[in-house]
Amino acid sequence: MSTETAEKTAFKKPAEAMLSKRRKKLISDPLVDDNPVTIQVLGICSALAVTTQMKPTLVMALSVVFVIVMSNLTISLMRNTIPSRVRIIVQLAVVATLVTLVNEVLKAFAYDMYKELSVFVGLIITNCIVMGRLEAFAMGNKPYDSILDGFGSALGYSWIILAVAFFRELWGSGTVFGIPVFDTISSLFGEDFNLATNGLMVSPVGAFIILGLIIWVQRTKTGYVEH
Amino acid sequence: MQQSNSYIITFSVILTVVLGFLLSGTSQLLGPIQKEAVALDTKKQILGAVIPVEEIAAMKPADINAYYENTISSKVVNISGEEVTEQDGVAVTAETVDISKNYKKPADQRLYPVFIFHDEGSEDKVISYILPVYGAGLWDAIWGYLALETDINTIKGVTFSHAGETPGLGARITSPEVQNRYTGKKIYSESGELEPVEMQKGEGRDYSGQEHQVDGLSGATLTAKGVNNMFVNYLGAYQAYLEKVKGKS
Repeated sequence: MSTETAEKTAFKKPAEAMLSKRRKKLISDPLVDDNPVTIQVLGICSALAVTTQMKPTLVMALSVVFVIVMSNLTISLMRNTIPSRVRIIVQLAVVATLVTLVNEVLKAFAYDMYKELSVFVGLIITNCIVMGRLEAFAMGNKPYDSILDGFGSALGYSWIILAVAFFRELWGSGTVFGIPVFDTISSLFGEDFNLATNGLMVSPVGAFIILGLIIWVQRTKTGYVEH
Repeated sequence: MQQSNSYIITFSVILTVVLGFLLSGTSQLLGPIQKEAVALDTKKQILGAVIPVEEIAAMKPADINAYYENTISSKVVNISGEEVTEQDGVAVTAETVDISKNYKKPADQRLYPVFIFHDEGSEDKVISYILPVYGAGLWDAIWGYLALETDINTIKGVTFSHAGETPGLGARITSPEVQNRYTGKKIYSESGELEPVEMQKGEGRDYSGQEHQVDGLSGATLTAKGVNNMFVNYLGAYQAYLEKVKGKS
């Protein structure tokens, strides 16, 4: 972090710790207090679309982590050279390139996943969280901080969609990561006992309900009120 | 900070070139691997029409390739049911026939691949004839494989794929639960006329007593119509070939 202290200041400040309090906040804030999905209500489209099962959701979450972190890093590195009049297009070009890379890699090494996620990987480009972090943070902050910020936001998004997917898969298909849970439980109670799955959970409506419940619980706990 | 126009243009050009090289480089690098992935996926779909999906899912890619080699023999026929081995001086094999490209030609000029599923290692013991089908869904192309029992009438199984049907509605044609509805249905009427299976409008009714009808997809009637049309078109085109097979056995 030599560049950290080499900024124009006349007397040298001591280097900030790799994980100082401020930096930890960059990661932890978007997890609950400023969650991109439940508080800022961004990225809802994909949160509804890909969350019927855990496995594709996990791949989607990893893709989003990669795209947000890498685009935050790239834009932050270029932030002083980007002409302000075309900055949005520059951001878009970087994000689109990264998303295309993810898509190509999936197509080569995880073709089944590629088919299942279909357009939703491509739609990461339009995920407001990505462009939002670039415009709000990476354009004005140093690379390392931008990585942390991107990582925090991506995690905030990821845990929400994974939580939604967990309940949707469990209640909708009776499985978690494809492992039959309902069948196992049913077999414990003898032959007549049968846990029924809820078809509503498989449809996008199920995601709305779960997401609404998560937001409700979260806001009750944090006392957050929309202004 | 206000930059000059020339700076903005230079910046954009450099960015475009760098990103362009990055993307085309990746595409060049991953191209062959992607091609293999697509070929493997096609084999999975073909086998999926005759063996349960879970079994295929449990197999490793190398196993699938080996199993395919051992159990599938293929040929290409034309609309009159004659075997085609070369076209315009180029040898054709069923695996390399691009069904979507052939679909654009008039029906009597298309190449029709046939995949014959037989006992492992012995080509004479045919278990099933697998025919590709292709057509238009609601938004984009849909295609699939239809496996017929050796009586050339009973459906052994089907697999469907699609390019862009609505997730949760039309895209459900790819789910085993929907595909299993076709198993055991018949494609000929009792008098011997071609009468492909028709997916009905609405969902939740019991068609187990009907030989030519299957339960529909709620909210995806147009995709179901596409599936029905695809069966009518392609089974019609394979008529001559199927008659020949029947004549032999």
